[in-house]
Amino acid sequence: MSIALIDCNNFYVSCERVFNPRLCGKPVVVLSNNDGCVVARSNEVKALGVKMGVPWFKCRDLAQQHGILAYSSNYALYADMSNRVMRILGALSPAQEVYSIDECFLDLAGCHAPNFTQFGQDIRQRIAQWTGLPVCVGIAATKTLAKLANHMAKKQAQFAGVCDLDAMPPGERDDRLQRIAVGEVWGIGPRLAPKLADLGIRSVLDLQRADPASLRRRFSVSMEKTIRELNGSVCIALEEMAPPRQQIVCSRSFGRPVTELHELNEAITHHMSRAAEKLRQQQSHAGALHVFIRTGEFNRAEPTYNNSLTLPLPSPSDDTRKLVRVALWGLKRIYRSGYRYRKAGVMLSVLASNQGMQGDLFDAPETAQAAKLMQTLDCINRRMGMGTVRLAAEGFSQRWHMRRSSMSPSYTTRWEALPLAS
Amino acid sequence: MPPRGGKRPNAGRKPGSNAYGEPTVALRVPRSQEAVIRDFLSTLRQQRERGEIDPVTPLARPLPDAPGLERPLFLSKVPAGFPSPADDYVEAWLDLNERLVRHPAATFFVRVEGDSMTGAGIYSGDILVVDRSIEPVDRSIVVAALQGELTVKRLRRQEGKVRLEPENPDYPAIDVPEGEDLVVWGVVTSSIREFGR
Repeated sequence: MSIALIDCNNFYVSCERVFNPRLCGKPVVVLSNNDGCVVARSNEVKALGVKMGVPWFKCRDLAQQHGILAYSSNYALYADMSNRVMRILGALSPAQEVYSIDECFLDLAGCHAPNFTQFGQDIRQRIAQWTGLPVCVGIAATKTLAKLANHMAKKQAQFAGVCDLDAMPPGERDDRLQRIAVGEVWGIGPRLAPKLADLGIRSVLDLQRADPASLRRRFSVSMEKTIRELNGSVCIALEEMAPPRQQIVCSRSFGRPVTELHELNEAITHHMSRAAEKLRQQQSHAGALHVFIRTGEFNRAEPTYNNSLTLPLPSPSDDTRKLVRVALWGLKRIYRSGYRYRKAGVMLSVLASNQGMQGDLFDAPETAQAAKLMQTLDCINRRMGMGTVRLAAEGFSQRWHMRRSSMSPSYTTRWEALPLAS
Repeated sequence: MPPRGGKRPNAGRKPGSNAYGEPTVALRVPRSQEAVIRDFLSTLRQQRERGEIDPVTPLARPLPDAPGLERPLFLSKVPAGFPSPADDYVEAWLDLNERLVRHPAATFFVRVEGDSMTGAGIYSGDILVVDRSIEPVDRSIVVAALQGELTVKRLRRQEGKVRLEPENPDYPAIDVPEGEDLVVWGVVTSSIREFGR
């Protein structure tokens, strides 16, 4: 079995560069919501030592000194470019798992390619020409190894963006795995790495040679799976269909502190409307909802207050109006005046598929009319743009909205924002 | 004394004595389509009540998942008993996307700004359909990235020399010096001009 992991390089920055060629070769970062933290960096910025996730205000001096260009995240653009990449890759193999916005696994078993390294180069060439985005390809026998192969393809220039671990002589392979820290392994991460180091397991090779049974007893079954995967036996299958989510969370930090209940009401209504839309998209009903508000975490001078409330619904629902009503009822109960709130959000849980739903004796069943209203709402918003038709309770000024002060245009999703050519 | 059990002739409602005026069947339907089907049936019932018979009322379509623009070639409404002789020939919906966009994942729209290509029928404000999957050749109309800007020109590749030619005598041709790599952003496959916008 051979699996390829294809990962877009510096994905958000690369998307910006496709439509704004002036950014090529310049240091560019993309910032998180509210322009808070660095979430994507061009190679030029990485070379300056800017780390992933650092607060942007801490980089101001460096940015001025080196002319780093910062963009707010433009998720409409990134999602469209991601869909294009996934669609092109999906056509290259009979089995694909879209793992995140910028990476996917392909099963190469059905691909007629005598040489997978060459196939990897063909993938890179095709994605680069068709979308303008650079990608790296890692190929190996399991998903865990493919991730590591991708890591090597990305970090080591001699691979030219494609690394096939199976094509590598075993001695060289061990040598390279010896030089990669165990924290880079998929599923290990920064929390488990120090615990493994206590056992003398520091490199990927150390973990590969560790005893799966004893580490399973000490950690968990997923540790055993990881070790077996590192040794080439498939324990983590390709998931072609994403399983329906068990929770839907919608939350955002505010562009400025919010103190009044009526503004929190607007924000909660807004988030719940988005959550309900996602719920209907995956054809589920929610059995419970959770609403939370919190003050800032970084400003020690301000009094802090965090609270949340989980509310069961009398009967499962996917009706925005009903969910909003319950959420606002909950919000009223946890709201305290006199605090400067920084974030609010909702979560839908106890999700059940629309099939086989049980009605409630004392609750009016969701009428066909309500279902039709929601369907119409979703249809209009899909066609005319998100939020075209919404509950008035979301408010019209929405001054709490997040800051996105330097966002690029939605080049591929709005007619008014198409790129210009002279 | 009557026998116990068995058939009781003429008991119960008469077949067809429902709102539709004909025998009905019980049917399982997908929940997501319930509203659509109820709506269809209620329309049908009202039409029957009003005495309109309209066997070709199309089902309301469920949420479309692809934003395609479909224009029916033709669709005739006919009273029962006189089927249109053309109905057998309904075969296609013309979709402009299908015509103009051959590789959706690689196709981008770009708006023209300026008059450098009027000779090729490309005017300021037009929307170019740019297909990045097509290999540019000599004489392709391309969008190219030049000094950080996107520009639309005719690509000329002759005797190892690369040139971007405008199609307007007021604009100079751009010679791409050897060594400077020209990034062809994509090949223009059509240009859309909307009148009265």
